[in-house]
Amino acid sequence: MIPVEKVRTGIKEVSVKIKKEMKGEGEIRIMHLCGTHEDTITRYNIRSLLPENLKLLSGPGCPVCIIPDVDLQMIFHLIQNTNIIFTTFGDMARVPFEGKSLFYYMSKGYDIRIVYSVFDAIEITTQTDKPVVHFGIGFETTIPSTALAVLDGVENFYIFSSHRFFIPAMGHLLSLGETKINGFINPGHVSTIVGVKAYEPIKKKYKLPQVIAGFEPYDVILAVYHLVKAIKKGESALLNEYTRAVKYEGNLKAQRVMNDVFDRDDWEWRGLGVVPASGGVIRKKYEEYDAMKVFEDIFEDFEPKEDIRKRACRCGEVLRGLISPLDCPLFLKGCTPKDPVGPCMVSFEGTCNIWAKYGGYRI
Amino acid sequence: MKMCIAILGRVESVESPFAIVDFSGAKKKVRIDLLEDVKPRDYVLVHVGFAIQKIDEEEAKKIEEMLAEIIGQ
Ligand code: SF4
Repeated sequence: MIPVEKVRTGIKEVSVKIKKEMKGEGEIRIMHLCGTHEDTITRYNIRSLLPENLKLLSGPGCPVCIIPDVDLQMIFHLIQNTNIIFTTFGDMARVPFEGKSLFYYMSKGYDIRIVYSVFDAIEITTQTDKPVVHFGIGFETTIPSTALAVLDGVENFYIFSSHRFFIPAMGHLLSLGETKINGFINPGHVSTIVGVKAYEPIKKKYKLPQVIAGFEPYDVILAVYHLVKAIKKGESALLNEYTRAVKYEGNLKAQRVMNDVFDRDDWEWRGLGVVPASGGVIRKKYEEYDAMKVFEDIFEDFEPKEDIRKRACRCGEVLRGLISPLDCPLFLKGCTPKDPVGPCMVSFEGTCNIWAKYGGYRI
Repeated sequence: MKMCIAILGRVESVESPFAIVDFSGAKKKVRIDLLEDVKPRDYVLVHVGFAIQKIDEEEAKKIEEMLAEIIGQ
């Protein structure tokens, strides 16, 4: 790895170069698309190294945050009306709907277990006769692991899929046309799976510069530098800064598994509305593992509702890069990491949570 | 559990479809069947218990060159 001192001076010098490039320019707005990028940016206060006319926005890159309330309501409905073991990743267990979360239901005696991997969930099936339902969440980084679990063909094991494909959301966000975006920092880990090639259609259609970046501070600052240069030149560049992990074709084996098990449907995202071809639906040939199909009857009387407690929550606008958490009147007042109102404050990858944790920024 | 986080580890031993991966001292059993041809001493990115990509050490070194190049411009 690169010696720390060298990195430090390197970052500083790149930031000086960026400032030089930005001198006398109008406002340039760069959006990153991954909670882990927001973590790097805020933790190392990278925004403080950038000039006033360069804005680094945070986009819809938090997989927990973008899951809409209706999915949460459905799993609560499922848990309350069946005798199952429900497994979930930890972040998701704290997201409230009407003030209640999976942790709340756990405390009421429902059998909900936090797992690190879908295979911990499969492990549980060997110790019980009860159906085990796993909450499948995450973007292309995570979908292949769920797909492999399905292909393992385990009895009594089901997936409730809230998986969403990320790439369609990028085009969708641009097509909404609300947020002025001049360039994207593309999500590094999603890219390890989908490869550079997945972004070609966005490049073609929107002519917007994109840089795939890793998660070290120097990765981010390099991405910003390349973007500024491309934006100034009006180039629709598609660069890969994260070559140590991202190939042009991506991980083909993971793509095969993912596409074999999952089809794509038009699904809703928090903040983005319905995103065409973004929903990870389990294909018909694997429907015996699809909780939505297997427990179909349970959902017959299901009615989605609005959570009035979230009326003041502006997570949706945070996810579209329209506002920063500081613009939300509840930020660190009614909404804190300990007592969150919206998912952006719950998830470790939510912008509100990250800002609350590290403090001291500007956008 | 951080969703899109993947952590870097070094493969110690392989027993398909699993490998024991060393994360700076902490060892964990990881599924490797989303990748082709994983060998001991490979660096892999691990996400929710799965190795999702190998890390190319040669490419990792290029970052340094890239930084040097920009600074030198
Ligand atoms: S601070 Fe809380 S209430 Fe405000 S947008 Fe973020 S999650 Fe929602």
